[in-house]
Amino acid sequence: MAEGHERHFYDREMETIMGRLLQVGVLLASFVMLVGGILYVRAHHAAMPDYQVFKSEPQALRHVDGVVKAVATADPEAVIQLAVLLLIATPVARVVFALIAFGIERDRLYIAVSALVLAVLLFGFLRSQ
Amino acid sequence: MTLLTFTALLFVGALLAGLLGALTGLGGGVVLVPLLTLGFHVDIRYAIGVSLISVIATSSGAAAAYVREGFSSVRIGMFLEVATTMGAIVGAYLATVVHTQALAIIFGVVLLYSSFLSWQQARNPVPELKKGSPWSDKLRLSGDYPGKDGSRCKYEVENIPGGFGMMFVAGALSGLLGIGSGAVKVLAMDRIMKVPFKVSTTTSNFMIGVTAAASAGIYLHRGLISPGLAFPVMLGVLTGSLIGARYLVRAHVGVLRVVFTFVVLALGVEMIINGVTKWF
Repeated sequence: MAEGHERHFYDREMETIMGRLLQVGVLLASFVMLVGGILYVRAHHAAMPDYQVFKSEPQALRHVDGVVKAVATADPEAVIQLAVLLLIATPVARVVFALIAFGIERDRLYIAVSALVLAVLLFGFLRSQ
Repeated sequence: MTLLTFTALLFVGALLAGLLGALTGLGGGVVLVPLLTLGFHVDIRYAIGVSLISVIATSSGAAAAYVREGFSSVRIGMFLEVATTMGAIVGAYLATVVHTQALAIIFGVVLLYSSFLSWQQARNPVPELKKGSPWSDKLRLSGDYPGKDGSRCKYEVENIPGGFGMMFVAGALSGLLGIGSGAVKVLAMDRIMKVPFKVSTTTSNFMIGVTAAASAGIYLHRGLISPGLAFPVMLGVLTGSLIGARYLVRAHVGVLRVVFTFVVLALGVEMIINGVTKWF
């Protein structure tokens, strides 16, 4: 019983940190998104893009290294894609945190479960490149 | 229309979608994709890509508030995320082989089904389960939540394989259509596994972000996430959902839910008609 009680408090604390982690990630991504957006509107304010027909985004804006390189040149679209990457990384960071927290708790079952979720996430991200 | 007006209109539209999604608990994704395709004539693949990003933002942005309530279960969430993330990757791959107009029709059908679910959930609450599956304790899915009088209410879960399977479907729909598919996630937990309703809804919020992140990477690599759309839509939906969450307590959720159910129903019919007429 005592063990269950302890686990409850540990889980609660873990979830509170997770909640904060997600909030910080979203705030950071939103800030970068806003900066990129303002730059984007200033650079393209006259032209109107056509989204009716699908044409893939440029190769450089579809990969981590390409985005990072383009951000260095202050390309507004790359800044927005950086925000998108930060956003995708936010829930992934939560799973990494869970893996560490279950590790400290020595909960083997949930170390395996979170490692599996992380593996699936990484597979999705890396495999499709 | 200049880019500035287009961007401003997108922001306002996304804000309203996020607001309605938060107030009704159905999420912004289900209104966002029809809004972009029917209202702004955006290719559905772009709409789905940008919706996925918005879904990550709203679920992560609301997470801290949900944790404070003390209902969510990190273990149930993590366990079922195995199914939703795998489903999401399968869904994102399916999206490449499915015809664009077929995507619109599937989306329409899911909208019709969501409105049916939301109407049904309002009517028959699930009876609480007393004794669950023996695996409930073995997999450490049993837990407790704060009751009204401050004591802790214990719960167990049942039919874990059934819930797991349904979560795979929820993940696949999320990856295919760019929605959070919160309704299907709650269905899997609340109806199939008999997880208490509040635990289901708050835990589902955590799962939505991870599920969307699993397929968002694939969409990004395929060039389906367009910066010009991502910026106003993501910020709009996020702002709308944060405002919505703030006024959640004060709004007449009952009336709003009925209104929203009809909106979703109408959008579903429109998506199907639009998909069929453009295809044939």
